[in-house]
Amino acid sequence: MSIAMDEIIQTIRMVQMENLDIRTVTMGISLQDCADSDFYKMNKRVYEKIITYAGNLKSVAEITEKEFGVPIINKRISITPIAEILGNATVEQAIELAKTLDKAAKQLGVDFIGGFSALVHKGASIGDETLLKSLPRALSETERVCASVSVATTRTGINMDAVQQMGFIIKEAAELTKDHNGIACAKLVVFCNPVEDNPFMAGAFHGSGEGEVVLNVGVSGPGVVLNALRRHPSADLGEVSDIIKKTAFKITRAGELIGRVVAKRLGIPFGIMDLSLAPTNAVNDSVAEILEEIGLERVGTHGTIAALALMNDAVKKGGAMASSYVGGLSGAFIPVSEDNGMIRGIIEGSLTLSKLEAMTCVCSVGLDMIAITGNVTPATLSAIIADEAAIGMINKKTTAVRVIPVPGKNEGEMVEFGGLLGRAPVMGVNPFSSQKLIDRGGRIPAPLQALIN
Amino acid sequence: MEKRRAVVSVIGKDKVGIISRVTAVLAENNMNILDINQTILQDFFTMMMIIDISVIDHLNKLRDELELVGEEMDLKINIQLEDIFQAMHRI
Repeated sequence: MSIAMDEIIQTIRMVQMENLDIRTVTMGISLQDCADSDFYKMNKRVYEKIITYAGNLKSVAEITEKEFGVPIINKRISITPIAEILGNATVEQAIELAKTLDKAAKQLGVDFIGGFSALVHKGASIGDETLLKSLPRALSETERVCASVSVATTRTGINMDAVQQMGFIIKEAAELTKDHNGIACAKLVVFCNPVEDNPFMAGAFHGSGEGEVVLNVGVSGPGVVLNALRRHPSADLGEVSDIIKKTAFKITRAGELIGRVVAKRLGIPFGIMDLSLAPTNAVNDSVAEILEEIGLERVGTHGTIAALALMNDAVKKGGAMASSYVGGLSGAFIPVSEDNGMIRGIIEGSLTLSKLEAMTCVCSVGLDMIAITGNVTPATLSAIIADEAAIGMINKKTTAVRVIPVPGKNEGEMVEFGGLLGRAPVMGVNPFSSQKLIDRGGRIPAPLQALIN
Repeated sequence: MEKRRAVVSVIGKDKVGIISRVTAVLAENNMNILDINQTILQDFFTMMMIIDISVIDHLNKLRDELELVGEEMDLKINIQLEDIFQAMHRI
């Protein structure tokens, strides 16, 4: 069937004026066969395997984006959680492995490599402990390595000992990069219910249920959704949902087509489409502005959760119809530093940390890219993580915490992280202590929701 | 060989000779035009062409030449595989 002129113009407008893009093509690579009791052999194998498998990722993605006229913004790699192959390596060796990953990423021209990770939602093995201890230095001495730690799942409950440890790790990582506003913390995500095929950073890793190598794709398009809504200022909320659904459908179809072509050209299987709406600091490419367009004077005011729930659900419905294999996180992201609307909400006092927490109940992830005061205690950081983990555990969804306690900065100051990571106003935390809760340690038992067999 | 098609879109301020210059590039590259549609939208010249690209392996040379015409005539010229439009607008 031939394509009508207005349809061609619509697609061109989406790309050139409304920031439609493929946010990331992420190649997942299993490193399980690289494990070796001799660290140097393992280190060499890891480097060689990544370089070999992903050698053409960047060039193939660049050729494909030109042919279809839809930009692919990021080319990334996710790998087997490194803790699973560390074995008896030392902390120093784990840091060296992180540097090897960084070197491979730079060599390949990919912007991030994710999977310097550990899954400790029920307990930590020797390799997990080594990885956790190495995290502050591994993240502050590399540029492109991303780390994630799973501390809770609906099935296992919350490992509060790991939650406590993460408070110290985040604090130390921030201190080690205090000259750069604690940037190391921007590459570290603490998860509840992580997914194995997430293409988005910093939380991507190649789960143990995944195959040898796979290509996962994340699309984006808050700007496209925003502009579609602007053309229907008096639609009722059912119609708003329908407009978002139709837009998400088109965005997803574009992403799936391009993802499949890239995968085919690389000779590897296509994994999943992640339907997340991921904002950027580009003008109008903001999730917060979509919520405001739905009918809020400023994001964060009363009604924000309802608008976000509507939007998140509509994106999923449209996307699920458009792709056979939907996975990853698939929902709206609400990072602060990468979304001009969220930044404005905080500066103008409409959006608070508590409201952001509440929003994570109905969107795909959690507290993301939030700058908080540098003098926050490790126990308070742990308690913030525990709250998010509890939301994820009870609601059977992924939640995550990626907060940056910016050394030397106080509430209200603005910090720049640069590039895609953007900038953020520093937020204050509740001044009352959670020390006793965190010091108790142990494991919060899995909830009744886990008993589904 | 499987039939591959691409969409050439030309948008810009109307002036004499746009179609002539663009189609000349296509003809020089032995490209057959399957469909052509042109209009003036709010003072802007807008043209879409569907071309048969079965005879070439990649669009690089064609894209470079069209971009050159675009720069000279102050037009925005895109060439994209037709599949992207099929994916987005047809089920």
